[in-house]
Amino acid sequence: MDAHPMGDAMAAVDLGPAHAVLERMAPVDHGHAIPLLQNIQDTYGYLPPSVLLELSDETGIPAAHLFGLATFYAQFHLEEHGRHTVRVCRGTACHVRGRQVIQEAIDEELGIEPGETTEDRRFSLETVACVGTCFLAPVVMVDNDYFGKVDPKKVGDIVAGYE
Amino acid sequence: MAVASALETVNLVIDGREIVARPGDTVLGAALSADIDIPRLCHDPRLKPVGACRLCVVEVEGKHGVLTSCTTEVAEGMVVETETDGLAAKRKTVLELILDGHRVTCPTCDKNGDCALQDYSYRYQADQFAFGGYQPGPIEPNFATGNKAIAFDPQLCITCGRCVRICDEVVMASALTFKMRASSVEVATPFDMPLNETSCVLCGLCISTCPTGAIYDRAALGQGQVKDLEKVRTVCPYCGVGCTMELNVNRQTNRIVRVTAPEGSVPNDGNLCVKGQFGFQFVHSAERLTTPLIKENGEFQEATWEEALELAGRRLSELRDEHGPDSIAFLSSCRCTNEENYLMQKVARTAGATNNVDQCATTCHAPTVAGLAATFGSGAMTNGIDEIKDVDTLFIIGSNPTEAHPIIGLEMKKALTKGAKMVVCDPRKTWVAKHADIHIQHKPGTDNMLINAMMRHILEQGLQDQEFVDSRCENFDAFRGNLDGFSVEQAAEVCDVPAGLIRRAAEMYAAGDPSSIFYTLGITEHTSGTENVQNLANLAMLCGQIGKRSSGVNPLRGQNNVQGGCDMGAMHGDFPGYQKVTDEAVRFKFAEAWGVDIPTNQGGRVTDFIEQAGDGILRGFYVFGEDPVLSEPNQAKVIRSLENLEFLVCQEIFMSETAKLADVILPASSFAEKDGTFTNTERRVQRVRKAIDPPGQAKPDWEIICLMSTAMGFPLSYDNAGEVFDEMASLTPSYGGMSFDRIDQVGLQWPCPTPDHPGTGFLHEGQFTRGRGLFHEINFREADELPDDEYPFILSTGRTLYNYNIGNMSQKSDAIRQKQSRNFVEMHTSDAERLGVANDDLVTVTTRRGELTVKAVVGERTRPGALWMPFHFVDQPTNRITNDAFDNITRTAEYKVCAAKIAKSAPIPAST
Repeated sequence: MDAHPMGDAMAAVDLGPAHAVLERMAPVDHGHAIPLLQNIQDTYGYLPPSVLLELSDETGIPAAHLFGLATFYAQFHLEEHGRHTVRVCRGTACHVRGRQVIQEAIDEELGIEPGETTEDRRFSLETVACVGTCFLAPVVMVDNDYFGKVDPKKVGDIVAGYE
Repeated sequence: MAVASALETVNLVIDGREIVARPGDTVLGAALSADIDIPRLCHDPRLKPVGACRLCVVEVEGKHGVLTSCTTEVAEGMVVETETDGLAAKRKTVLELILDGHRVTCPTCDKNGDCALQDYSYRYQADQFAFGGYQPGPIEPNFATGNKAIAFDPQLCITCGRCVRICDEVVMASALTFKMRASSVEVATPFDMPLNETSCVLCGLCISTCPTGAIYDRAALGQGQVKDLEKVRTVCPYCGVGCTMELNVNRQTNRIVRVTAPEGSVPNDGNLCVKGQFGFQFVHSAERLTTPLIKENGEFQEATWEEALELAGRRLSELRDEHGPDSIAFLSSCRCTNEENYLMQKVARTAGATNNVDQCATTCHAPTVAGLAATFGSGAMTNGIDEIKDVDTLFIIGSNPTEAHPIIGLEMKKALTKGAKMVVCDPRKTWVAKHADIHIQHKPGTDNMLINAMMRHILEQGLQDQEFVDSRCENFDAFRGNLDGFSVEQAAEVCDVPAGLIRRAAEMYAAGDPSSIFYTLGITEHTSGTENVQNLANLAMLCGQIGKRSSGVNPLRGQNNVQGGCDMGAMHGDFPGYQKVTDEAVRFKFAEAWGVDIPTNQGGRVTDFIEQAGDGILRGFYVFGEDPVLSEPNQAKVIRSLENLEFLVCQEIFMSETAKLADVILPASSFAEKDGTFTNTERRVQRVRKAIDPPGQAKPDWEIICLMSTAMGFPLSYDNAGEVFDEMASLTPSYGGMSFDRIDQVGLQWPCPTPDHPGTGFLHEGQFTRGRGLFHEINFREADELPDDEYPFILSTGRTLYNYNIGNMSQKSDAIRQKQSRNFVEMHTSDAERLGVANDDLVTVTTRRGELTVKAVVGERTRPGALWMPFHFVDQPTNRITNDAFDNITRTAEYKVCAAKIAKSAPIPAST
C-alpha cells in the first residue's frame, strides 16, 4: 500500500476520549454532527482525522459529511492546534483604528502568520471578521479574553500572560 | 384515494403553450415533459432539486424577479416564460461567472460535444474572459489520482454538486463531499483519501451525472469524443437485474470506449454499478479465444471450424448411438441469450435425442424455480423492479442486494428514503443489515426454524390474513398443524438470536402495507433449498403479502439470463415456458414443430452430469459458456469426474478451467458481439445488440450451436437471432406476444401471451397461476455438514460487489482488479483474537475437501464461529473446499454451509 497522503495526520490517536464523548452525547445521529465535532475539538484541541473516521464508524454519519463540516466552518481544525488561540479582529471599526499594524506586530511577535501554529504549539493565530466589541477597537482576543484599544507595542505583554 | 390524486391535474401555460402537469411537479419537470428545454446544470432527475446553478431561472406572471424552475412547483393557472431577453442576459452572466473558474479544454476533453456547459455557453455566447478569465495553477494530486476507474480534474469542475449529491442521495455511499467554502470549495473525499480507501463503490454515477468533463472514466480518456462514437443500446452482461446500457463504440478501432446508461432507462433509471460501468474490458481481452482448438496428445492445436465441428459432431453422435441418450449431456449458458438457450435445448432434444440438458440455475436458483412453481405455479420473481420503491416493509433474507444486485439495492434505498421499514435476516452484517430496523443474524442453515417460528408467532397473535388464506390457498390446516411442533423460544436457541427479535420481525412483516420478501442464494444454496423457498412462500400466503403491487416473493436471480435460461427450457424436465416434458400433448406439439420424436429419458442436472461422468455413465459432454470446475463444489472431485469423460467439447470465450480439460474448444462471442435477448430477474425480456465484431474466427453462439447440430446430423440454420426468437415465441405461450419489434426500446415482462398484451408487472393477482396457492408443511433439517471439534467453523461463500461469479469477466477489468484481485476470508474479531490472527494476516482455511491460503479480513461482519469467502478467483478457488452435498429436490449444492477450520499461515514470500 502506498503511503497515505495524509501522512502523519492519519497516525493513531487514543480513541478513548472520543468514545467518552460519544457516550456522553448518546444517542448521536446526523443532527448532532456539529456539536459532536465541537466536543471532540474541545477534547483533543483539534479534530484528528483518525478520530473522525472512528466517529463515522460508530455513529453512521458519513466521514465525508464530518469532513465537509470540519472544513466548512472556520472554528474547526484538522491539524493539531496551539494551546492558546490568538484572534485579531479585522472588522470595520478595528480596520479604521489600525488593525493592520496590530496584525503585523503580532505576526512578528509570534513568528507565524494567520492560520499557523507556533512550533512549540503555544499559540495558533487567526483572524476574525468581527468580535462584536467595536467600542474597544482595535481588538485582539486570546482564548476567551478580550484585549481592547491595543497598542502595537504592547502585544508582547499580552501574549506573555499565556503559557 | 391514491387513484384520485393520480388523476388530479394542474393546468399552466409555459411559453404560450398550455401544459397539463401533476400536482407536485416542478415547473422544470413540466417543461421538460413538454419538450421545452430550460437550461440547467445542477439538475438531474435522479436527485432532489437544489436550485444551485441559477441557470434554470424563469419568469412567472405576477411574481417579482425570476424563480428557479427546478425548485418551483406548478400551480393552477400559472403563466411561465422560459426564454426572454432578460433571462438570456442573466444566463449569460451566470455562465460567464462559471467560465471564470473553468479551464476551457474542449479540444482535448472527452466530454466535447456532449457537454451541457459547452452547449449553453455557445447558446448564450458567454464570454470566457468577461470576468478576467481563469488563471489555472498546476494540477495538484487529488483523491482520484492513480485510480484506474475514475479520474477527477478540479479545474473543469463547476461545483454544481451533482456528484456529491448522487453519491449521497442515490448510492448512499457518501464518498464525496465539498471541502472548504466560498471560492475555495472543491469536490473531495474525506481527508482527500484515495477513492479506493473510502466508502466509494466505484459505480461511476458521479461520472454519469457530471455535466462537464471534470469527473471522467479514466480508461476512456482520448479514446473518442461523441462525434467518434456510436451508442449501441443493449443489456448489461453481469447480474440478473438486466440494466439497460449503451456501449459507446469507436467504429474506427472496433472498440468499446465506455458504457453509459440512458436517462430514465428501464429497469435501472440511468444507473449502473461498478461491473456494468467498468467491467466490459473482458470483451477486448488478449486472452479471448479466437480460433477453434483440438487437443492432440494433450496439447491444444489450432484447427479450422470444419475440423473442429466434424470431430465434435461425430464423437457426440457416436456416443449417443453406442450408449444411448443418457450417455451425452448438454450444459447451456445463462450468460448467453434466450435464442441460444432455446437452441441448446432444442439441439439436445433433437440432434442429441436426450433430455440431459441443464444450465447454471442448478448451481443457484433451481430451488426457486421448483419451490415457487410447486406453491404458486410459477417459479419467478412475482413483482417488478419499479415496484420496490413503494414497498412499505422490505423483508430481506439470505440476500445482499447492494453488492450482488446493486441496482435493485438502489431501488431499495429509494424505498428507505420514502420511509420504508426493513427486516434483514442474514448471518452477515451487510449494508442492508446495518441499515435495517431489525437484523436477525441467525446461524447459517437455520432458515426454516426461523421462518416456522415467525409463522407460529403470527398465528398465535392472529396476525395472519385469514380471508386471503381461505379464499386463495389450500392445505392450510395441515400446514398449521405442522407449526405446532415449533416455537419462538426453540428457534431462538437453534438460530442463536433473541426471541424478541423474531417476534418483532414477524409482526413487522405481517403489518407492512405492503410487505415484500426478497431472497437470494442464502435461501437456495442449502440441502433444504427448495423447502426454504416453499416456506417463504408459506409466509407470504399466510399474511396475504402477495398478488398485489409491491408485494410478493422475490428471488433475485444471479446471472444476466438465468431467468431466460430456465424460461427457454434448458432443463431436463421442461420445454420452453415450463411446458412439461412428461406431458404427452406438449411432447407432441414440439415433435410436430421440430420434426423429430421427443426423447422420453428423464435427463439430469449439471450436478448429476458430473457424478455420472465420474461413474462412467456419462461419456460425452457439450459445455457452453460455463465453467463447472470453478463453479461446482469440491473441485478435485469435479476435475476427476470430467477427466473421466470420453469426449468434452467446450464453447467458450476464454480458456476456462473446464475448457482446459476439453477435447475440442469452439471460440464463441461475448454479449457485445451478437444479437438476441436476455430475460432479467423481473421476467423482462430485453434486446441484446451486436456492437462490435467478434475477435478472430470467433462466431456468435447461436450460429455455433446450429453448426454443431448440423455436424451431429440434424441440420439447423437461421438467418438471424430474431428468427430463432419468433420460432421460440410461437411455441412458448408466456412469450407468445413478443417480438424484436415490440421490445426494441423497452422490454416486456412475461407472461405476454398475445401481440396486444402489455406484459405483466406482478403475478398472481386475484388467483395464483396454479389456481390456489399450496401451503407446504416444512420441517427443519440441519445442514449436511455441521461444525465439530476438528472443523469448528461454519464456512459460507458468496458474491462481492466488485466481482462476478468465477471472475473470468470481472477480473479482466483493470479498475476492478485494482480494487479487488485476491481471495480472502472474513472472520469475527473474537475468533481472530483467540487464534492470534490480525487483519491482513495469511490464514489457511481447511475443510474435508482441501485447503486454501488467503488473507484474513477481521471484523464484525460475520458471526463468531462463522467464516465467509467469495468464490471469484481462479488461482484461489473457494470451490476447492466447499461441500458437494445437494438439495434433495433440485440437486443444488450447499455452498452456504460446510464445516471448516482456520489457522494462521506462515507468510508466503511476496511475489514480484
